[in-house]
Amino acid sequence: MIAVAAFYILSAIAIASAFMVVVARNPVHSVLFLILTFFTSAGLFVLLGAEFLAMLLIVVYVGAVAVLFLFVVMMLDIDFAELKAGFLTYLPFGGLIALILFGQFVMVGGAWVEKSVAAASIAAPTPAAAAVSNAEAIGRILYTDYIFLFQAAGIVLFIAMVGAIALTLRHRDGIRRQNVTAQVGRTREQGVEMTDPKPGQGVVL
Amino acid sequence: MSMNQTMTAELFFQQVPYILPEITLAAGALIIVLIGAFMGDRGSRLVTWLCVAVMLAAGAMAVLHMPPEQVVVFSGSYAADGFSAYAKLIIALTASSALLLSVDFLADKKLDKPEFPVLAMLATLGMFIMVSAHDLIALYVGVEMQSLALYVLAAYARDDAKSSEAGLKYFVLGALSSGLLLYGCSLVYGFTGSVKFDVISAHVAASRDIGVIFGLVFILCGLAFKMSAAPFHMWTPDVYEGSPTVSTAFFASAPKVAAAVLFARVCFEAFGPAQKDWLGIVVIMALLSMVIGALFALQQTNIKRLLAYSSIANMGYALVAIACGPEFGPKALLVFVSIYAVTSVGLFGVVLSLRTADGERVETIAGLSGLSRSNPLLAAALTMLLFSVMGIPPLAGFFGKWEIILATSSVGLLPLAIALILASVVSAFYYLRIIKTVWFDEPVATMVPVGTATALTLTGATFVLAALTLLIGLVGSAATIAGAGFS
Repeated sequence: MIAVAAFYILSAIAIASAFMVVVARNPVHSVLFLILTFFTSAGLFVLLGAEFLAMLLIVVYVGAVAVLFLFVVMMLDIDFAELKAGFLTYLPFGGLIALILFGQFVMVGGAWVEKSVAAASIAAPTPAAAAVSNAEAIGRILYTDYIFLFQAAGIVLFIAMVGAIALTLRHRDGIRRQNVTAQVGRTREQGVEMTDPKPGQGVVL
Repeated sequence: MSMNQTMTAELFFQQVPYILPEITLAAGALIIVLIGAFMGDRGSRLVTWLCVAVMLAAGAMAVLHMPPEQVVVFSGSYAADGFSAYAKLIIALTASSALLLSVDFLADKKLDKPEFPVLAMLATLGMFIMVSAHDLIALYVGVEMQSLALYVLAAYARDDAKSSEAGLKYFVLGALSSGLLLYGCSLVYGFTGSVKFDVISAHVAASRDIGVIFGLVFILCGLAFKMSAAPFHMWTPDVYEGSPTVSTAFFASAPKVAAAVLFARVCFEAFGPAQKDWLGIVVIMALLSMVIGALFALQQTNIKRLLAYSSIANMGYALVAIACGPEFGPKALLVFVSIYAVTSVGLFGVVLSLRTADGERVETIAGLSGLSRSNPLLAAALTMLLFSVMGIPPLAGFFGKWEIILATSSVGLLPLAIALILASVVSAFYYLRIIKTVWFDEPVATMVPVGTATALTLTGATFVLAALTLLIGLVGSAATIAGAGFS
């Protein structure tokens, strides 16, 4: 009963906030509604028993992607009013794509319900949800059977990091960087100078 | 032999020795990047030497730990066998010599930062995973690992607009080809229910799904892009021309070996029973590559662009070897690509040695005029390398093509052999034009020595090529053993 109520509340908020992402006038509000959509979707995943996906959604999408969006929206000088100018012209086309996407989801769901998907594809290689949480089940596979590929994927990320640094980091001269050692090691003699200016002369700096 | 049961700690440590070459490269890269970070730009020479040493050690390890027959470890994703061991040795040798060539050039251009050798080494790690891939995930991870590092190497001279353009072009088109590859992988996985090559092969042998064939086509297109075979070659001349020459030297050698070997492994191992389905694709790609490589090179004036078309033609010859099937193909392919990769390193060694007294790098064919009078040794080395890549006996390049022609005659693909010979004759024209420019035209400039590392590598590559002529029997028998696993 509570689960059903939670489902309807969460999905209603998810759909409403997803709609607001598109129609909100202020881009910052759009991003905030996007975060709300992610949170409610994470709640729906928990209801489905996919708590690992829910965690990923919060950690990756809310924690990294949405915050990155927020940075882009707030830091870059993009004229969003201009970007949204063609909203109504593109609406039919966007609607068509949404419709096709919706149709595909219905087909996938229908095939699943009708059991016309090959049994081998449905059979989950993970243990039953009651026996072990799915985060643990994924971890068991990822760190045992696929350890080689998992580490290799880590190396790919490492390459991306080294490459990004190699291509973008510049050591420019003439930039004043903070030097904590020099700051802390400064003595009173170096920093303070006692002068005795005569009236009307001032000090030479 | 296959280790497909659930992983335990004991089983894990049993399997680790098979991936020692990869572990060496990965651990080496992680340590060397730290050394580079602490030493800064002045450590780049030391870092290069360390990377070369680690890469050579990894290549040697691959051969020394070669199991007598194929062993598949890590839940079917990694195959250790003679085929991959031979390829890894060649990749390690050519990649490390290409890296040696980079030292003087990068110092000259003030690009000598420790990231260059580290990225080259990580690309080599990707190539090692590619040649040992035994499922679609390892295939994709290996290809991406290699490509990502190569994109950065292409854009490495970041203040040079041409280099940035080359990097961006390579990246965008590479992402497109990765998309094709992944789409193919998803189709094959969807229709066969597995990503493992042996399961795919069994499924293909049992039934003929149109979906699997679609997937196969997409996978082969994605891989053809990576080995720059026509009609997926468009990026090659631009990227070769725009990238810093040392990066081009790297692109033209080891990655080509890795891509060709991976292409062969996918055809022979995963889709072996579907030979009649991929044969047509491979034959068309081979013919197109040979024709485009031979004809478009005729009008090039830039040496790097010319070598790009030359590499497209050579990949066409490699595809002819793959078309010969799992019985005769592997040996011819391994002999051919190893000789090609060494020649390629040598040719780029010559290109990298072309520096005039006022510090300018010569990149046009006209700039080579009269090289024989100003730098006779360099001219002699260039001539020998060009004669080899033309396939003039008794130089090593001849035996590479000879093996392919032998293989085609064994499987009755004689029209392909004739096309190969015709393409070689046409391409001989532009190689001979360079030789004519070098020996018979009036000198325009004297080249000054660029540095010991470049000179050493160039001499080494030339001598290896000369020695290969004598040792061709040895290379042939090594390749025979290495390629025997598929038949």
